[in-house]
Amino acid sequence: MIVVVGAGPAGIAAALRAQECGARVTVIDDNPNPGGQIWRGDDENSWVARFRSSGIPLLSSTRVVAVDVEARSLLVETDGVSGRLSWKKLVLATGSRELFLPFPGWTLPGVFGVGGLQALAKTGLPVAGKRIVLGGTGPLLLAVGAYLRQHGADVKLIAEQANIQSLAGFAPELLRHPRKVLQGASLQWAIAGTPYRTGCWIDSAEGVNKLERVTVRSGRDIWTEDCDYAGVAWGLTPNTELLESLGPEPEDVYVAGSGEVDLSFVEGEIAGLNAAGYPERTVLLAPKLEKARGFAAALATTFALRDELRHLAKPDTIVCRCEDVTYGELRKFTSFRAAKLQTRCGMGPCQGRICGPANEFLFGWETGTVRPPVFPAKIATLFSDAPLPADTTGQPDTKEITS
Amino acid sequence: MTRISINGHQVSVPPGTMLASALLGSGAFRFRNSVSGEPRAPLCGMGVCFECRVTVDGHPHARSCQVPVREGMEVNT
Repeated sequence: MIVVVGAGPAGIAAALRAQECGARVTVIDDNPNPGGQIWRGDDENSWVARFRSSGIPLLSSTRVVAVDVEARSLLVETDGVSGRLSWKKLVLATGSRELFLPFPGWTLPGVFGVGGLQALAKTGLPVAGKRIVLGGTGPLLLAVGAYLRQHGADVKLIAEQANIQSLAGFAPELLRHPRKVLQGASLQWAIAGTPYRTGCWIDSAEGVNKLERVTVRSGRDIWTEDCDYAGVAWGLTPNTELLESLGPEPEDVYVAGSGEVDLSFVEGEIAGLNAAGYPERTVLLAPKLEKARGFAAALATTFALRDELRHLAKPDTIVCRCEDVTYGELRKFTSFRAAKLQTRCGMGPCQGRICGPANEFLFGWETGTVRPPVFPAKIATLFSDAPLPADTTGQPDTKEITS
Repeated sequence: MTRISINGHQVSVPPGTMLASALLGSGAFRFRNSVSGEPRAPLCGMGVCFECRVTVDGHPHARSCQVPVREGMEVNT
């Protein structure tokens, strides 16, 4: 039995490839619908549709709480039910989350990750007529800006921190990926009329109990934009908690996914073929992998974060949102461990998923200190020794996953 | 439409709406109080940041961005 953790592009690709090879596969995913953050259960997406019709069992809204490497089992929790899921081969396709950089006011209700804002809009948040400012870096700003415009939002500004020179350097890379250029062109049409400023970023957010305006900076110019919502994008950071909790070089574990959709997909295909025992079939994917890697590398260079962003946080700016630990308190320490012990930074429910990467960026600290449970869980789950009940998913095949 | 109750007020939203989206759409901005008493609302929208925690049908700490609305759901922020 191959267990794939994550039903985003990488997980879907791994599961479909493994199934093609005749392997028995089960996929588990934290979200209610397959497709990951990018496709989000979108049945118009041919891969999501193919996955749904593949018959591969999917345990959705299911979290992995801990991994037992010796026993080759995952401790999982879903809506009120918990249990163990055994694997022979494990594919980790746990995806990425958005990177957040603390700036004054970023804790105000109404400030979202740009991907988060799109996720909310796609799942029923009305955005028509809302005044929205997007700031940060990368193509996601444009994609989400276009999406919000199409849904009636008043996108007042898209602030891209990269300067125009590095964006110009990106053009040849785009020309090598015609499909992405087309995507870019239709995006351009959708956001026509929305100011797009390069070398520009959100300095702070202000408001009483909720967001009312942001202060934007571009070179020496500083101005404010009144808005209902702001979306920030500083890039992505991989979800490595499960991988780290497996210890060094675990056997029969494959990892896929990168944050860039094409690269994630091909990495997923390769992981699926390897897990199914057909490594020789991955040779055919080499050119696709190389091309996707080239594009991802160009993205990383073009949208590298500028140094000024390390200095947005003020002494009273909260860095750890779970425990309300400020930048001023944290800068007294020389390591994340020391800061954690003295301030509880990174010890709240998100377990450092938000402030960890921020601390790495701000202070250069190593923050990976994963210990089970890797996700907040019910006490009963931690004592759960039984195989996951087969009726949890309504899938007849799931009975087999424990055998 | 799916009817849910938000802090005792009845709200109707399209079926399939995620609870966090329904709450924001209804004008809720204080999903939880932070440890120092600040209002907090969703940040990541993807189940990671835990800022969108609310009480659903008496069960605390539900991540509202990962919970689709259900008919008759009682939500407290």
